[in-house]
Amino acid sequence: MTGQPAPLWLKLAAGAGLLFLHVPLLLIFAYAFTTEEQSYQWPPPGLTLRWFEVAWNRPDVWQALSLSLRVAAISTAIALVLGTLCAAAMARFRFFGREAISLLVILPIALPGIITGISLRSAFNLADIPFSFWTIVLGHATFCVVVVYNNAVARFRRTSASLIEASMDLGANGFQTFRHVILPNVATALLAGGMLAFALSFDEVIVTTFTAGQQQTLPIWMLEELVRPRQRPVTNVVAMVVVLVTFLPILAAYYLTRGTDTVAGQGK
Amino acid sequence: MAEAAAPLPQPAAGPRDGPLSRLSDALWRRPRVLLVLLLLPPILWLGVIYLGALFALLAQSFFSIDEFSGVIVREPTLKTYGELLTPANLDIIRRTVLTAALVTAAAAVVAFPIAYFAARYARGRWKAVFYLGIMLPLWSSYLVKVYSWKLILAKEGILTWALDSVGLLWLLEAWLALPGVGGNSLSTSPTGTFLVFLYVWLPFMILPIQASLERVPVSMLEASGDLGARPDQTFRHVILPLAMPGVIAGSIFTFSLTLGDYIIPQIVGTSARFIGLAVYQHQGTAGNIPLAAAFAVVPIVIMGLYLWWAKRQGAFDAL
Repeated sequence: MTGQPAPLWLKLAAGAGLLFLHVPLLLIFAYAFTTEEQSYQWPPPGLTLRWFEVAWNRPDVWQALSLSLRVAAISTAIALVLGTLCAAAMARFRFFGREAISLLVILPIALPGIITGISLRSAFNLADIPFSFWTIVLGHATFCVVVVYNNAVARFRRTSASLIEASMDLGANGFQTFRHVILPNVATALLAGGMLAFALSFDEVIVTTFTAGQQQTLPIWMLEELVRPRQRPVTNVVAMVVVLVTFLPILAAYYLTRGTDTVAGQGK
Repeated sequence: MAEAAAPLPQPAAGPRDGPLSRLSDALWRRPRVLLVLLLLPPILWLGVIYLGALFALLAQSFFSIDEFSGVIVREPTLKTYGELLTPANLDIIRRTVLTAALVTAAAAVVAFPIAYFAARYARGRWKAVFYLGIMLPLWSSYLVKVYSWKLILAKEGILTWALDSVGLLWLLEAWLALPGVGGNSLSTSPTGTFLVFLYVWLPFMILPIQASLERVPVSMLEASGDLGARPDQTFRHVILPLAMPGVIAGSIFTFSLTLGDYIIPQIVGTSARFIGLAVYQHQGTAGNIPLAAAFAVVPIVIMGLYLWWAKRQGAFDAL
């Protein structure tokens, strides 16, 4: 902005910072191909594709993956509805208690996850609700709302009120206006928010350890492997696949909200 | 109390039949009803499920556990909070808060150059590189990130190898020999725990600093230069004070996330406990929900004070 080139120390510090952020992730890719089974030896003594096949044939990995995908899909659907409703209300109306509601939406992400987790768990115990697929979804949807909300509210604010008025003047009713004017305007923001919510749910482990019974989502499977390693090379392969899978929605969300003011991942 | 944000004209007269149209008209005439309909589902969900659970937890921190039978006594008492003040538990709280503070300070130092470069100098393609370069690690799997550090810090891992190749292994060994920060290997030392915390929460510090720096108008920097300030003086007296709300906003995340985490100290570090781990163990194996609840109140209170202070410093505008 100043038109001057950056000082050398700043270039070095910023570059080193980015390297610090990315080298660990790149290392995951290298370890997925190592032939070493017992330790974390570097450099790898040899390279192999064998562990991809072993991981592919592990039913527990597939079950965990399938549970994670189902939980993330349903939590995202719930969060999309709740987050959009809330964003529409907050962007269009000024009312008493508005600040309190924005705090309420952010609270599940502002307080440490362990507090959300233990609150839900003790509430399930008090209410005699058995742990199931739905208790996991309940927890995930709660903290996914804020991601959808953040993306949607920014877009709603920029959707000009005169567009809505014009639609009404031309004879459309509220529902037609929503379907043909508002929805196309906010669609990409909702898609981006939905994808980030999906990524958040897919990756969540802290709340899930409290709201899952015997079921294993993929992060819970991973946690088990970290605490009590069984077959390290399989963990390496799964870790690499997880990194690749979470990159895709982030890149997609970036391209969908590019050129707008929304910072897609802000306030995770 | 409700009113439409912008005064809208009456819709034009026209053919308006069917129940949907009539419903639409009714909602248009009564925006308050529409507001209630919009807000009801999210408020019910968050209010009942989330706040309900939170208050149920807080209420239980005023119960106590019978030491002999292990049964929870449902009578209001402050006995459980008294247990928090035993030396062992105070030690856990002190260790957690100290680590959170160190992680926050280190994250601010490492994050600032990245945020500064991204906000002031990165243009075009580099802007995208920095944006994705911060977003991808932020959104990558938390457990995979922790796992990658287990690979890095292991005795046979890449860090030992790299230091050995440049002949600096003695430095690592000297550091590990230090009491308080060292240990058997980096992955079983407090230094290891610190590094993983720093890595995992760093993007949460970069983003708010970058946002606050991007809002500093160039004309202010030019004015500072015109008034005779050297670049380092402009940085100290203009840029840094304006970036502080961003630093404080970022510190809310790094501090809160470190306070509540119970997975990282379990996987990398000594067996010394943190608040999160204490909460987890008290509610799980020990079955002492009241003490777990009282422990959970500690980060809530600390974060409450912190947020109050941060709001006074104007940090919320930088979020």
